[in-house]
Amino acid sequence: MTAETSAGSSKSARAENRMEYLLRLGDDRLVLGHRLSEWCGHAPILEEDIALANIALDLIGQASLLLDLAAKAENKGRDADALAYLRDAMDFRNALLVELPKGDFAVTIVRQLFYAVFAMLQGEALQRSSDKNLAGVAAKAVKEFRYHVRHSADWVLKLGGGTIESHARAQRAVDELWSYTGELFLADDVDRAAAEAGFGVDPSQFESTWESTVCDVLARAGLIVPETAYMQRGGRQGRHTEHLGHMLAEMQIVARSHPGASW
Amino acid sequence: MSPVTATRDDIFEILDRVKDPEVPVLSVVELGIVRDARVQGDGVTITVTPTYSGCPAMRVIEEDIRSALMSHGFGVVHLETVYAPAWTTDWMTAEAKRKLEAYGIAPPGPAPRDSLVSLTRAPSSVERMRCPYCHSLETEMRSEFGSTACKAIAYCAKCRQPFEVFKAL
Repeated sequence: MTAETSAGSSKSARAENRMEYLLRLGDDRLVLGHRLSEWCGHAPILEEDIALANIALDLIGQASLLLDLAAKAENKGRDADALAYLRDAMDFRNALLVELPKGDFAVTIVRQLFYAVFAMLQGEALQRSSDKNLAGVAAKAVKEFRYHVRHSADWVLKLGGGTIESHARAQRAVDELWSYTGELFLADDVDRAAAEAGFGVDPSQFESTWESTVCDVLARAGLIVPETAYMQRGGRQGRHTEHLGHMLAEMQIVARSHPGASW
Repeated sequence: MSPVTATRDDIFEILDRVKDPEVPVLSVVELGIVRDARVQGDGVTITVTPTYSGCPAMRVIEEDIRSALMSHGFGVVHLETVYAPAWTTDWMTAEAKRKLEAYGIAPPGPAPRDSLVSLTRAPSSVERMRCPYCHSLETEMRSEFGSTACKAIAYCAKCRQPFEVFKAL
């Protein structure tokens, strides 16, 4: 291999790493944003209907910015819409936690706490990314995630300390979701390469902060962290639960039925 | 003023008449969305910073900025979106905050500076909320999310009215 082609291939490896890393960030937000939007018109009270729709809007807005950056890194003529609407489940790189069905209100709220604390810590680190576009999107997102953390923590305290029914449902949600939290902090070659390049961040570095923050809220809510050694994984590599395919079928149908339509 | 001789101040004056579609009492300049303007020939580049990542009003705002400048003779209007530094309500002028209150929306207090998050509602935002109708401080936060991304819902115990609060961000 000549020096020139070797430089060229390391440049394309870097672009591929960026694309892959940005897809993970964008897909988490797109999929969770869609799951939250399923509450629109169905939340238990009007204020929560509005709150969940607002949070969904923040996430989908962030997803659109991140997928736009991913499309530019890929540089193959696809745009953010093509990435959101024309990929199949195995090409999605979101963590399994965000694709699980919305469940009852307790499942939605507990997942929000788990994800929002993670995303806030991730965003705080990404504000220092060597890529000024990613750093800017992260700086904006951190402000939004602080609201999401407060909103979900507030509700976990209410549900955990509420009635026998709300406490039981909150505990069931914690039990169901806990084994999906480990994947958020599992760093692989993609994360490590992005972190080494100064572009991304290794998620394992804020695992202990996440755990102490989340466990503090759960303890104050009288909720118990299950003793699960096994953690689910696979989403970052495209191995998803059956739920993602069903969700995408609904999310993508308009764009796929009317290619190139605009409104 | 012709496009060729226009200064940055002239451009800001034109854009000060472009209102936010969701808070029509404030202009895009007063809100701090317009960060910079550079004139080149008969064209102009406007730098904007969105309020929220998913603000649905941003596209309308960009179209309104474009058409306002084109109606003043600018041939080419470039819009450049900048995300850092992130938009903050501290960029709103005191005059803008007065207009908000007169319009019936409690203005934002100072933006929170600490990076740590209090896990329950921000006490600072609760303390500073003044009812825009009767000016009582006997108010409480009902929901930190309101009719638009930038507003929260509060309630005044004195005049028994719900009211909107512009979130400090």
